[in-house]
Amino acid sequence: MSDSREWTPQAIQAEIDALKHKPGALLPILHAIQDRLGFVPEGAVPIIAESLGQTRAEVHGVISFYHHFRTSPPGRHVVQVCRAEACQSVGARALEAHAKASLGVDFHQTTADRDITLEAVYCLGNCACGPSIRVDDEVRGRITPEAFDALVDELRTQPLEVIG
Amino acid sequence: MSVRVFVPCDTTALSLGADAVARRLEREAESRGLALTVVRNGSRGLAWLEPLVEVETPAGRVAFGPVTPGDVPALLDAGLLEGRDTHPLALGPTKAIPYLERQQRLTFARIGVTDPLSIADYLAHDGFRGLEAALTREPQDIVEEVKASGLRGRGGAAFPTGIKWQTVLDAPADQKYIVCNADEGDSGTFADRLAMECDPYMLIEGMAIAGLAVNATQGYIYLRSEYPLAKRILDAAIVRAEAAGYLGDDIRGSGRAFHLEVRLGAGAYICGEETSLLESLEGKRGLVRFKPPLPAIEGLFGRPTVVNNVLSLAAVPFILAEGAEAYAGHGMGRSRGTLALQLAGNVKRGGLVELSFGTTLRTLMEEFGGGTASGRPLRAVQVGGPLCAYLPESQWDMPLDYETFAEVGAGVGHGGVVMFDDSVDMAEQARFSMEFCKVESCGKCTPCRIGSTRGVEVIDRIRAGRDRDANLALLGELCETMEDGSLCAMGGMTPFPVQSALKHFPDDFQRAPEGDRS
Repeated sequence: MSDSREWTPQAIQAEIDALKHKPGALLPILHAIQDRLGFVPEGAVPIIAESLGQTRAEVHGVISFYHHFRTSPPGRHVVQVCRAEACQSVGARALEAHAKASLGVDFHQTTADRDITLEAVYCLGNCACGPSIRVDDEVRGRITPEAFDALVDELRTQPLEVIG
Repeated sequence: MSVRVFVPCDTTALSLGADAVARRLEREAESRGLALTVVRNGSRGLAWLEPLVEVETPAGRVAFGPVTPGDVPALLDAGLLEGRDTHPLALGPTKAIPYLERQQRLTFARIGVTDPLSIADYLAHDGFRGLEAALTREPQDIVEEVKASGLRGRGGAAFPTGIKWQTVLDAPADQKYIVCNADEGDSGTFADRLAMECDPYMLIEGMAIAGLAVNATQGYIYLRSEYPLAKRILDAAIVRAEAAGYLGDDIRGSGRAFHLEVRLGAGAYICGEETSLLESLEGKRGLVRFKPPLPAIEGLFGRPTVVNNVLSLAAVPFILAEGAEAYAGHGMGRSRGTLALQLAGNVKRGGLVELSFGTTLRTLMEEFGGGTASGRPLRAVQVGGPLCAYLPESQWDMPLDYETFAEVGAGVGHGGVVMFDDSVDMAEQARFSMEFCKVESCGKCTPCRIGSTRGVEVIDRIRAGRDRDANLALLGELCETMEDGSLCAMGGMTPFPVQSALKHFPDDFQRAPEGDRS
């Protein structure tokens, strides 16, 4: 994954043009931009608004409504910790506290070395094998605090690939 | 001849290392010169046994689990490829595993058996028979069949599916839509995910049948963004189904069209509410709409729209292939067919349990679940998701059906069963219910938006021991206001878990505050 996270209006426009013909295109466009850049830059808002014939306020309103969309660049990896009931019943509250303490960040923050962004998530659908976390696009089950630390070590020493 | 070995590829199996098991199997086979083909099947839904490795033998498939990569050499030494049952992880013939054998798998008959993306596998296991049957029938006929099956919405509201379809069929319009609600946000539920990851053509078939039934030519699967694997599998399955003529402009040469697209949500629980989902599909904030008009009359882009849960649509191919009576023959009272229960949380043997309506919670949690994973006594169970009640032991012997649960203010919801042992603090759980509503409220109506914030504060005061009696009374009133005054189930049902905790576990609200306990 690129570290530069640089974007150009042309790159944003290309994503928009590939999708704007679809009915209700705004969410697919926002997903495409975030998939490409890791976040939806503020500067993308006027470009999207103009292309879809909507106001900037409307576009901004949609971005801010959904938890999934970020407006600042995340770290090299995004780690989501499930906070929902099924995981609570097997120790998710302790895992959450441990994750924050061991990384030294709160939810929606990124470690100083830019390796890991920590986020909350409400259910990953792995409810028989919790506590669960998601690392980028992979879900991991039965995560103890020790397993969490081992995983973080792995992410930090091999930042290019998550080892299965 | 090469022996086929099955290693599941659903999210749960992967979350427990299935990929590494598959790689190790292939590596060991190569170094030992064994003829072995690894097939990535779906999951059988026996989550506690994942990764569940199966071997094809002349006598049928034989199971081993849960397997770690380190177990592989010893398993091969012990005769894995011949299906010998000498290794401690040997489980015998898969079909005879009691957890599986005791279920009535109608909707989930194929999961774990097939390669999810293989159309040949799907056809070999009764796939597309329902669609072929539907192609020979008139729309009204198809709707009648679904009505006669007694199928009710499996998302939780339990509205009769056939009646919803009739409304859309009867609504005149140039364009109609089928929308699948795959925003499975309730904690403790994963049946939609299993259906989509392990048997995607079943959902595609169900949606195509729905399209034929109401004359809709476009379908959308609104999938939560927390399910990236389901997205990849569904996208791939749609491409293959189009190539094979089961989707597109001319389904199987019938001249009838149905197109399908997956749209991703973006981490908003409220978008599981059908009108909020439609707003989101239209590219807007997921604000709940007033009803009426019903989505069946004015739904997506103002057109008549069927909005059904994954499991409602997934039940349809069976109904069309086997007939309404075969489905309605299961169940009790007005709850016909089977219910996909999901055993989750603090449970020894968690997983998917598809049963006819009428089983008790106790049977489910003890005989299937085997009690808690921690080994401590079971104390509370939340059935139906974060908006449903916590049930104490006195309510575990009720039969699971929509009406029985409704009578005691509980819900079956989407069939999630989240178990808690005796270390649970029910006042903390009640606080979480309010906190969750605060995080996920769409903000349109005041009782939900503000009530949930005040709810967290009031419960914090109660737990801190400040003016406890007055604050308990206030919490009761707040719950009533939210229940009566909210626009949708988010604010309207958040009080249910809170009230049930207050009613059945009052002692937890009387504990000494943290730090004061001796």
